[in-house]
Amino acid sequence: MTSTLPLRVALVGNPNCGKTALFNQLTGSRQKVANYAGVTVERKAGRLTTPTGRTVQILDLPGTYSLNATSPDEAVTRDVCRGVYKGEPAPDLLISVLAATNLRLHLRFALELRQLGRPMIIVLNMIDAVRKQGLEIDVPRLQAELGVPVVTAIGVKRGGAANIVQALDEPVPPPPAPLPEGTDLHAEIRRLLALCVRRTSTRHPQFDARLDRWVLHPVWGMLILLVLLFIMFQAVFSWAQPFMDLLQSGMDQLGEFVGTLLPEGILRSLIVEGIIAGAGTVIVFLPQILILFLWILALEESGYLPRAAFMLDKLMASAGLSGRSFIPLLSSFACAVPGIMSTRTIQNPRDRMVTILIAPLMTCSARLPVYALLIAAFVPSRTVLGLFNLHGLVLFALYAAGVLSALVVARVLKKRDTAEHPLLMELPSYRVPGLQSLCIELWQRARIFLSRVGTIIVTLSVIMWALSSFPAPPAGAVGPAIDWSLAGRIGHLMLPLFAFIGFNWQICVALIPGLAAREVAVSGLATVYSVGASEGDAATQLAPLLSAHWSLATAFSLLAWYVYAPQCFSTLAVIRRETGSWRLVWVSVAYLFGLAYLASFLTYHITRFFTG
Amino acid sequence: MRLNELPLECQGIIDHVAPTTPADPIARRLEEFGFVPGEPVKVVAFGPFGGDPMAVEIGFTRFALRRSEAARVVMQDSAEALSKLDPTLHTASPGQTEEA
Repeated sequence: MTSTLPLRVALVGNPNCGKTALFNQLTGSRQKVANYAGVTVERKAGRLTTPTGRTVQILDLPGTYSLNATSPDEAVTRDVCRGVYKGEPAPDLLISVLAATNLRLHLRFALELRQLGRPMIIVLNMIDAVRKQGLEIDVPRLQAELGVPVVTAIGVKRGGAANIVQALDEPVPPPPAPLPEGTDLHAEIRRLLALCVRRTSTRHPQFDARLDRWVLHPVWGMLILLVLLFIMFQAVFSWAQPFMDLLQSGMDQLGEFVGTLLPEGILRSLIVEGIIAGAGTVIVFLPQILILFLWILALEESGYLPRAAFMLDKLMASAGLSGRSFIPLLSSFACAVPGIMSTRTIQNPRDRMVTILIAPLMTCSARLPVYALLIAAFVPSRTVLGLFNLHGLVLFALYAAGVLSALVVARVLKKRDTAEHPLLMELPSYRVPGLQSLCIELWQRARIFLSRVGTIIVTLSVIMWALSSFPAPPAGAVGPAIDWSLAGRIGHLMLPLFAFIGFNWQICVALIPGLAAREVAVSGLATVYSVGASEGDAATQLAPLLSAHWSLATAFSLLAWYVYAPQCFSTLAVIRRETGSWRLVWVSVAYLFGLAYLASFLTYHITRFFTG
Repeated sequence: MRLNELPLECQGIIDHVAPTTPADPIARRLEEFGFVPGEPVKVVAFGPFGGDPMAVEIGFTRFALRRSEAARVVMQDSAEALSKLDPTLHTASPGQTEEA
């Protein structure tokens, strides 16, 4: 049958029913990821053409356990299924996906959907795993009892969705007759299971139980978690480094090459220092982000992530969060951008918001060049207590200050909210992540980062370039060019405010290009003090210069500033993108600047008091 | 007895879920998860810090929940209830529920 209008189909199911893998199989790369109008819930849609030429538009609804929504994404699913979601036409057909291995849980939601009285088909996914459980499902019987078509599928196997495609070629089935109002769904499930599920052997799934005995063990489980985290960080920091260096030098070479093509002037400066350098700061993050996401997606798909949340829940509960917040926060030590992007694994919207707000307090790797420069210049390399190096101790203190402040901020945010935020979650069965699904998800993350976040960063980078380049110094002027520019003037204007925390005008001026990316402040300082060209050169030449020009109090004050200040447009851009509103961006900016100013003020005056 | 008092590797049968308020979303979600009267539940793990949260198993499904959440689940505490269980399957005998 061929029709001109595409058939609108919605995939609905419990979390962990393998719905996304099926969606990826059905639509391949023909997917569009966006947000539902007005909310930050991800809307995934795709198209497929059946063998007879019917066009089907598939909407992958957020996974939910019931139509009694407890979170914004569950509310989206509820409203779309009922056909009352604004701007989203009611689907012509619901595809209710069930994990065949977990019928007791998943049938409940399917029955709830059936009560809506809309045309639907039921998909028993992971049908291959049922046999391993020693069970057999009588599919024709189940179909007869439910009164809706029931097909089987294997989401992680190539061609495992063929039965669904075939069912989509059939005419849309008539809507099922709902059960009488007030029917006990659990009693109905028991009846269906007794009729349609048969035990073929006494074998039962020991695999999950055996693995969980180790993974959830108080000692071994923690050890497994630590090893996994260690490998993750190793991957992010060391394995990503060669690729990052390669991309960096590639962008540098591109800049140089383009520089030779264009005549000296504003256009060249704009393209090389504004656009290419700006794009460079975005692209250089990509290897770290991809590795981190590959890791997080694999942990999520394999079923491990909820178990890590289980292990760490108590720890995070002391900050008013749940175990789900741990991995995003940990990722933020590499970079807050992927950290904030991975808060999508946190279902609770309030926990997610708090996690996004405190993620910038985790000391990201871009702060290290600044810390390294200042510590080398001002802290004597001394052994303390015969064991620790003073440099290391100061660095540790800076990391600790970030973490402790995050805990305090999270607690303060929690105080305003007295509702109980449960952990209550399913620990899904372990499974091997499907390669195709992993690649599609990874590609989507990369695309979001490059297109949505990238455009904001490049735009801001061009603005920063303009501020630092215009107006040009008059002929015969002395001193660094940046001092004559708008950025220089803004720096001087900032001085009265920042003099209270010990900053001189050079620091104020360097802070402005540092807004594009934190580590740029080092080359910013180098520009202001007119030393060195490359970052490495600048650092070695700057250190003695700074220790001669600045007081200890000023240096410590700048360190304290860097622990808190929202000195990174990329982070703000990703907050905007992930929350869909500017409100949280402004809240972050305001509270982080406030904290930064307060911390620097205290640090400056206390250090001055002790050093005289 | 309540679910949060059940020791490790022990199982019991759920009597009912007691909401803490008339519209307790956690109690409702527990029921949607299958914490319903007559269902056998087994404790499979406790968290590493202070034994909180806990992991339990109903049928083939495992759940993690904090002890404060588990305290909503009231267990049948008669020995007779436990004797109905099929010890090898960690679930109710076929007459009571069928497992899947």
